Amino acid sequence: MNSRRMIALAWKSLWLHRLRSLLTVLGIVFGVSSVVAMLAIGEGASQEAQAQIRRLGSRNILLASIKPPTDEDAGQQGSRVSRYGLLRKDLRGILASVPDIARAVPRRDMPVEARVGGRKVTTKLMGTEAAYAEVANLRMQAGRFLTAAEGHARKPVCVLGDGIARKLYRNVNPVGQELRAGSHYYRVIGLLASRGEGTGGTAGAGGESDMAIFVPIETMRERNSDVAVTRSSGSFTREHVELHRITVEAANGDEKTISRVAAALRSFIDLRHKKKGDVRITVPQELIRQARESKRIFTIVLAMIAAISLLVGGIGIMNIMLATVVERTREIGVRRAMGARRGHIVRQFLAETVLLAAFGGVIGLGLGMAIPAVVTYFGWMQTVVTPFSLVLAFGISALVGVVFGLYPAARAADLDPVEALRRE
Amino acid sequence: MTAVAELRGASRVYQMGSTEVRALDHVDLVFQQGEYAAIMGASGSGKSTMLNILGCLDRPTAGQYLLGGRDVSGLDDDELSRERNERLGFVFQAYNLIPHLTVLENIEVPMEYAEVAHAVARERATSLAVRMGLGDRLHHRPTELSGGQQQRVAIARSLANDPMVLLADEPTGNLDSKTGAEILGLLDELNDAGRTLIVVTHDPLVAARAHRTVTMHDGKIARVELRAGNAPAGGGPA
Ligand SMILES: Nc1ncnc2c1ncn2[C@@H]1O[C@H](COP(=O)(O)OP(=O)(O)O)[C@@H](O)[C@H]1O
Ligand SMILES: [Mg+2]
Repeated sequence: MNSRRMIALAWKSLWLHRLRSLLTVLGIVFGVSSVVAMLAIGEGASQEAQAQIRRLGSRNILLASIKPPTDEDAGQQGSRVSRYGLLRKDLRGILASVPDIARAVPRRDMPVEARVGGRKVTTKLMGTEAAYAEVANLRMQAGRFLTAAEGHARKPVCVLGDGIARKLYRNVNPVGQELRAGSHYYRVIGLLASRGEGTGGTAGAGGESDMAIFVPIETMRERNSDVAVTRSSGSFTREHVELHRITVEAANGDEKTISRVAAALRSFIDLRHKKKGDVRITVPQELIRQARESKRIFTIVLAMIAAISLLVGGIGIMNIMLATVVERTREIGVRRAMGARRGHIVRQFLAETVLLAAFGGVIGLGLGMAIPAVVTYFGWMQTVVTPFSLVLAFGISALVGVVFGLYPAARAADLDPVEALRRE
Repeated sequence: MTAVAELRGASRVYQMGSTEVRALDHVDLVFQQGEYAAIMGASGSGKSTMLNILGCLDRPTAGQYLLGGRDVSGLDDDELSRERNERLGFVFQAYNLIPHLTVLENIEVPMEYAEVAHAVARERATSLAVRMGLGDRLHHRPTELSGGQQQRVAIARSLANDPMVLLADEPTGNLDSKTGAEILGLLDELNDAGRTLIVVTHDPLVAARAHRTVTMHDGKIARVELRAGNAPAGGGPA
């Protein structure tokens, strides 16, 4: 009996008990669909995370000023100025003493109210240098970024993020226009391209640049003091912060250089800031490694969930097949009398189990692809269905069919023909 | 005269705990080519046991069984399956058709195990079904047929691989006398065409048609009767 005939025969007997067949494969369906769906969600999340980290720059090490927790009482008093974070002399020190650095770019942030005509938007003024565009991987949509010459000359010029430009200028090209930020005027010389954060719209990884107004850091220093006053619910907070961020670019992107530079920066900050905890150091390349590691763990957990549901599905199939063998004992006896060898009987029942499992696998694939599609459609998460996950899930379901089909098939083949023929 | 099936001192002992049941007890019996033999005897006398051994569904625990001159009592399961497939045809009291297969598909079953190409098998199944008067029932399922029709399908199926010997266990046992007589008529035709028949029966009508009647008692042959005027085509039994 050839295999095509075998499969046709198996299909026939499954079709005879369609409802039972369908119920039998539900375990496989859920197992396979959860494998596909979860892998798609996991892959999407990991790609999103990696893209965000890559946007931070894999050659970069980021130093950020953070308000230390011990300083909180100062804010409550309302009169004292809290002083923390990176200093201008830190920048000079880093450039002078940390080896393997290509450049270090400072940034100072100030909350301002930007006005154009009658429109007012509360946003951030960011004072920085010409190199910032490159280290932060910013792209221009129109005009150009700040230059070093403009900084030296303390020119009142600015570059707008895409989001703030839309709010202030709607559809008008802002390049060449004037705007007021706080009590000063600036001429717009460039417009940044949108960073287009992931579907989730989470503003991590430098997404803040979309709503920022960049000005030369020297211009900002001349026009504003280092103390920023913010008013929240009636009380004032005065903060003295010289620099909010220093982006250090290593001379080289390889893992060794990055970790050497990171270690040097950590000890530099420990020394200068006496472990006050007012500077946070982020190494995107380390984050990439962490993201890979957490993806690996995620995958292992998923594989275990999948294995359990497929195991349960397989046992379900085996159970039904054992019942089928009992139910069809007479048929088995007749086939043996007609000349079927044990191998024929094994193949007949195995074909049924594998077909059943593969059928469940196909439904599972369909469902498994539909779930991530829905998740992405509603914008909850980015998902990526990889061909590998489909092959894997389907292969496993067929394998489950073989593994859990063997025992019932062997039971069928081992029946004594005389006994089987006598059975009602 | 050639012997197609021969039991030589064949025994079949069932071990029931500490007691032995000798279902077949040192039986010597020869069936000739073209013979029509009836096997009779009380219930429990060993008829089915003998038929199972003749049909290669079971092996004698002692003695020999020669099928077509070859000792098959020592063959393994796969080899016995091949013997059943190529040289033996079975007809059962309860018809034993496979319920979810059509008439044609049931007749094709032995040919599938003989690796006959499907188109060839289909053609042969159709001609056998037509010969059995089932030309208008080819695609019906067993439940849509009468008992007599089902037994005709079973006979067609038993002939699929042109067997040397046709074995039947109470083929008319589930049929009314008129339908039973029709089935016996069919068997007569097969035997007239040269097919060797061995039929286990309680039915005196079968015995009346057979060349020879073997009566069993307690696993032994109690009596052998030859019918005057009944002889296999081409000569009398030895
Ligand atoms: N599988 C078995 N196990 C034990 N004893 C059996 C078995 N099959 C048949 N027998 C015994 O063998 C004897 C012959 O049985 P059987 O050949 O079926 O008789 P018949 O077909 O003439 O009625 C009986 O005593 C029966 O109980
Ligand atoms: Mg019997």
